[in-house]
Amino acid sequence: MLFAHGFGCDQNMWRHVAPAFADEFRVVLFDHVGAGSSDLTAYDPQRYSTLEGYADDVVEIVERLDLHEVVFVGHSVSAMIGVLAEQKLPGRFDKLVLVGPSPCYINDAEYVGGFGEQDIEELLDSLDSNYLGWSSAIAPVIMGNPDRPDLGRELTESFCRTDPDIARRFARVTFLSDSREDLPAVRTPTLVLQCSADVIAPASVGRYVASTIPRATLVQLAATGHCPQLSAPEEAITAISAFVRPTTPDAGTGSA
Amino acid sequence: MTHQDLARQAFYDALLDDDPQKLYDQAPCGYLSTTPDGQIVKVNQTFLTWTGYDRVDLLERRFADLLTVGGQLYHETHYAPMLRLQGSVREIALDLVRSDGGRLPVLVNARMETDAAGLARVVRVALFDATDRREYERELLRTKRRAEESERRAHELARTLQQTLLPPQVPAIDGLDVAAAFRAAGEGAEVGGDFYDFIQTGVEDWVVVLGDVCGKGVPAAILTSLVRHTIRAVVVDGRPPASALAALNEVLLQEHTDRFCTLVLLRLHRAAGGWITTIGRAGHPPPLLVRTGQPPQRVGGDGPLVGIRDAPAYLDRELELRPGDALVLFTDGVTECRGRDGFFGSDRLQSALANSTGDAASIIESLMQQLLSFSDGPPRDDIAALILRVPDRSAPRSA
Repeated sequence: MLFAHGFGCDQNMWRHVAPAFADEFRVVLFDHVGAGSSDLTAYDPQRYSTLEGYADDVVEIVERLDLHEVVFVGHSVSAMIGVLAEQKLPGRFDKLVLVGPSPCYINDAEYVGGFGEQDIEELLDSLDSNYLGWSSAIAPVIMGNPDRPDLGRELTESFCRTDPDIARRFARVTFLSDSREDLPAVRTPTLVLQCSADVIAPASVGRYVASTIPRATLVQLAATGHCPQLSAPEEAITAISAFVRPTTPDAGTGSA
Repeated sequence: MTHQDLARQAFYDALLDDDPQKLYDQAPCGYLSTTPDGQIVKVNQTFLTWTGYDRVDLLERRFADLLTVGGQLYHETHYAPMLRLQGSVREIALDLVRSDGGRLPVLVNARMETDAAGLARVVRVALFDATDRREYERELLRTKRRAEESERRAHELARTLQQTLLPPQVPAIDGLDVAAAFRAAGEGAEVGGDFYDFIQTGVEDWVVVLGDVCGKGVPAAILTSLVRHTIRAVVVDGRPPASALAALNEVLLQEHTDRFCTLVLLRLHRAAGGWITTIGRAGHPPPLLVRTGQPPQRVGGDGPLVGIRDAPAYLDRELELRPGDALVLFTDGVTECRGRDGFFGSDRLQSALANSTGDAASIIESLMQQLLSFSDGPPRDDIAALILRVPDRSAPRSA
């Protein structure tokens, strides 16, 4: 089971969800190049100027670790990165779980992605404002977990390491991407997890993804916002379990 | 009561008057309480005054709804995950949209409170008006961008100027295998003072010059340009290197510059089986002759650097270049290239050349590679080198 984080954070996003699957799956977590504790020197602006570069990395992980029957769980932009990777490696993916996916964030004729291009510029401004001395200011923040100080250190370190220049580029690549044409080609059974009141991936976009991917199921979560794996991990675990665990009478009851 | 006593009494009265509700509502910061999902449940008067909303308008909305769209994206991708993962966020810069549509730049600190079981209960959010600070930060950011742009242009200018001081490419000389290398000091922000040139003066006659003008940057570039064009002008009449160097010295002295220049200037005349070269030298490291089966040896004439002394004496030296011989001209940037163990030095240079094989291009490439891997960081001085090699008789002639 391969978990991919979205724009803005790193693999810590999965800390409440991934362990619930370690009983039955080999759980693989990674940071995209440029995020978290990744090797920043590996960041090549050319390679990562489109989602293809990120998808190639997923392919590399699957091949290097010799993963088969992969359950790919992608949050936000990584949902589409997973869609691209699935097409690069047909037959290796068993299931796709897309959490808050959006194939296109920008409104385009009848398609409503939710944003205009000026909104994305505003996000870049927001990133700029928050990187003015921010990376070093956040360092002393320790997570509210006094008996596991290692967690706090690991976390602040990884949050600090987001290079502002890379964050800007990743934001552009993410929010200006358009993967709508890739959706009909997906052959793998797919679960779309749709949150309530998600400004980044509105309900209409979730429905669009689920109706355009041939073998997709849409599950509407009660969780609000864009990160159900953090705000409602139990609900997310239950929904993913029901989809990825072999059907037995008591599967998907959230006992995990 | 004295005036002082009255003031003290007024202060105590004010303290008593400051009940918790007032402390909350009139705090000099906006104060919100939200559910873990961000739904606003409590808001203080300062926030309402700043934003122009009525309390009832806000109680059904989420904090993120009050942000600009770009801010909402930032909220969902950074703020909310950090709050969940760290339990707090600090000094997040966001813009609130006021009831009249105007914007209020704020700095936000927030903390998520959990119950004994670790379950999120409430988020407390303090907001500080950051209008002036944000304007100042934007100004800083604009200044930073301008500085980066200026730096980029300075690099561009330096590169363009540098190109005018070096021949665009090494000429193809029949019967002579020639290669050149140049690496400006530092990160390429400044024009260097090293230069070289090739001037054809007859069917089988060439002048080759390699030099080093002291200093770098624009003043050095101006002098380099003068030196290069003066040499081009004086060598056309076929005079020997010593005379050309003396003429160059005259010109520089008339310029009244306090800069000077070292150089090697040589004439090449094609002869049966090889080349006859006459080498003049002005305060410059002597060229090295690399001859098969012998250690590299210093060759060339003698004389002081140009641009300082009146009527200096220059002495030329004549040398025969035979098939397989290579003449290596270089600036002190090569021998004084600094590594962890001191300078690269002439011993390392000589052994690098003694062990080199192949044509001029591969000799110079291998030399530059050794230099760059020896150097700790970008070279502090310009590096220039030329190889003039007479091809082996047996080897096919490479034009």
